[in-house]
Amino acid sequence: MTNLTAEEMLSIEERFPHVFRRPLYQRFGTLFLFAGTVLYLIYAAWFFSLPQVLRESHWERLPLFLSQWISYDLQPEFRLDQPEITPKYPRFSALGDNPNPDWVIKNPDGTYTVQIDGQARSVTFDKTQATIVAYGQTVPISLTGGKPVVTGPVPDWVTVHDDEVVAKMGFVGEVRVTADRVKVRKRFLGWANFVFDTRSPFFGKSAGEVVSLIVSGPELQPGTSNLALAGDNIWNNAQWQHGDVWTKLLQTIVMAFLGTLLGGIVAFPLAFFAARNLTPSGVLGQVLKRFFDFMRSVDMLIWALFFTRAFGPGPLAGSAAIFFTEIGTLGKTYSEALENIDDKPREGVLSTGANGLLVQRYGVMPEVVPIFISQTLYQWESNTRGATIIGAVGAGGIGLKLWEAMRTNSNWANVFYMVLLTLAVVFIFDNISNFLRRRLSRTIHDYNRLQAQQG
Amino acid sequence: MTSATFHSDATRQQADAWRRQTSLRRFYTALGVGLLLLAMFSSMWFADEANAGHFFERLPHILDFLSWLIPKDWNDVWRALFDIASPHDKGTQEFNFPLGRVYVWGGFYIPEYFELMLTTVNTALVATFIGFVFAIPFSFIAARNLTPSPILRLVVKRFMELLRAFPEIVIAGLFAAIVSVGPVAAIIAIGLHSIGALGKLFYEINENVDMRPEEGLRAVGANWFERVRFADLPQVLPNFISYTLLRVEINVRASTIIGAVGGGGIGEELKLSISRGFGAKTLALVLLLFTTIFIVDQFSAWLRRKLVGEQAFLMGA
Repeated sequence: MTNLTAEEMLSIEERFPHVFRRPLYQRFGTLFLFAGTVLYLIYAAWFFSLPQVLRESHWERLPLFLSQWISYDLQPEFRLDQPEITPKYPRFSALGDNPNPDWVIKNPDGTYTVQIDGQARSVTFDKTQATIVAYGQTVPISLTGGKPVVTGPVPDWVTVHDDEVVAKMGFVGEVRVTADRVKVRKRFLGWANFVFDTRSPFFGKSAGEVVSLIVSGPELQPGTSNLALAGDNIWNNAQWQHGDVWTKLLQTIVMAFLGTLLGGIVAFPLAFFAARNLTPSGVLGQVLKRFFDFMRSVDMLIWALFFTRAFGPGPLAGSAAIFFTEIGTLGKTYSEALENIDDKPREGVLSTGANGLLVQRYGVMPEVVPIFISQTLYQWESNTRGATIIGAVGAGGIGLKLWEAMRTNSNWANVFYMVLLTLAVVFIFDNISNFLRRRLSRTIHDYNRLQAQQG
Repeated sequence: MTSATFHSDATRQQADAWRRQTSLRRFYTALGVGLLLLAMFSSMWFADEANAGHFFERLPHILDFLSWLIPKDWNDVWRALFDIASPHDKGTQEFNFPLGRVYVWGGFYIPEYFELMLTTVNTALVATFIGFVFAIPFSFIAARNLTPSPILRLVVKRFMELLRAFPEIVIAGLFAAIVSVGPVAAIIAIGLHSIGALGKLFYEINENVDMRPEEGLRAVGANWFERVRFADLPQVLPNFISYTLLRVEINVRASTIIGAVGGGGIGEELKLSISRGFGAKTLALVLLLFTTIFIVDQFSAWLRRKLVGEQAFLMGA
């Protein structure tokens, strides 16, 4: 690389003044834009009181919630103030009515041992004292003084409160000891009772047992075949609500399908009257275009709220909301596609003396139908995604179920189940729509190529 | 167009074949349309069955709702919009508009709805900004012609697909439990979605980029980052900004909807107003929302046209 002399530099500068002597706004435009963005972000941080929100947020809950998406816990409780120590399980425990898990052991000497992670993390207790074992350490707790007292050093995974000792053992669970009870939380990977709930006669049986029962077992419920009973039990699983979830999912799909299709059907003729080059009257075109704008900008949410009031909550309201929005969206895109057509085929058909309808049918339609279908498919795909949201305001579908499951803050596994189903549906519909659109664009491409060949 | 064309056997055979093909084609078209109609009517039936109120049963009452919406005194709409006391105020929340005033300075206030609308628009803007900032690097990694590594490309593409498809209300709900219910959860939800949505549009632009400047830079030994920065980014940036502006429009709507399910902003107020049956308030809110969305649409359309010209409007993205 040669070094430039001052003279050469000057001559270059003279030859390209638009590069070196640009107006001020061009030279500092980027800088101003950057500074403006930074200022806006500072304003936004103040507006949303971001520092305070961040200070009050509980990020430690995130891994907790995420772990709850893929696991479940069991919480046996042992009352020590009864004549005899007995394990108690919550009413809707995942273990069913007669829980006898092998990790709760009644020792011959009358003490109980609960294994949270095998022998390595466990708690052994009777009425007078408890011993917690974890991370290779043993923590004895005396229960005789009316409150739990740790006798010996307290490791950092044990917290001593006034009347409670809490031992956290990571993902696998925790132990809480008070003077009159021991509470254990044991966490398992996976989803409990996903197939059969605890009320089902098939509950707790292995897959082989269930199959043999269905194939050749005695009727568990007289008058119903075992297959039908099993199907009914799965469909009406109280904890996972498969039937309800799948129906709601179908509602979401139906809402998107109906709304988009009906929107397309209504927008199709209107678009011809709205297109600048095809409309018989400019005023009509303008009116229709403003009508499309209105339908679009009133927003799916308002339509959804409106129709839930009119029809009551459910997929009918959702379909109607998508339908009204789609009239606007599809009307706009259709009429824009019509305005971009090649005028020659139309003139050709017109020159044969065909009437208005025939001109549209043979002169315009063949050109735009693939584009129309492609745009409709695209909208269908995006509405399948969007329908979950308006569902949450009562317009039917999986949205409301999702929202309700999240509001309780406890059913994260159910949330994840529904999310997985929704994702599966979205992916399947994406692929169908992509496939069809690729087929269509290939047709358009072939058509263009043929035209080019013929000159 | 004379019958002479049919005299030779070959042409007749051709004509027959053509006729057979068209009739087959017609049959397929009819079959397709029939199936579509079947699907449509069964969906209608299904939606009607699953709905709380049925279509034909509710149809005569659909105007009840509209007539409820129309206030007895049209001035109430303006009063509601600007939080001015209504003479109809009987101590009910329906007419007690001044309750919502947001005092900025002494006696100077902005009406509640303007602040709510500001929240919604700001939510959309910040979320779009998040989408824009993260989508740019992702889009260069995901573009077939620019990617530094094919495996990384696949990972980033799948990740963006996931962000796009993941239901926004789930993200909003999850973060509502972490950062408390409000616009910040909505920003995160819409922002994550925007990363996926913009990233896809961006990398499709990137794949159509002119590769010659890039080759020039490669020839002088520029690394991947320099090539992307100096050869590709200047080419694609106008289109990026155009799509981002389009996204602002979409996100204003999205933040309204998320607001309705607890994300704060005008959506929540609108939902409450409708469910409580406040006619004038609802109209005022719809009017405000309609105007805002119209302004945002027009402004971003104008800016896009200035940036990239008519080309930005060809394919509705």
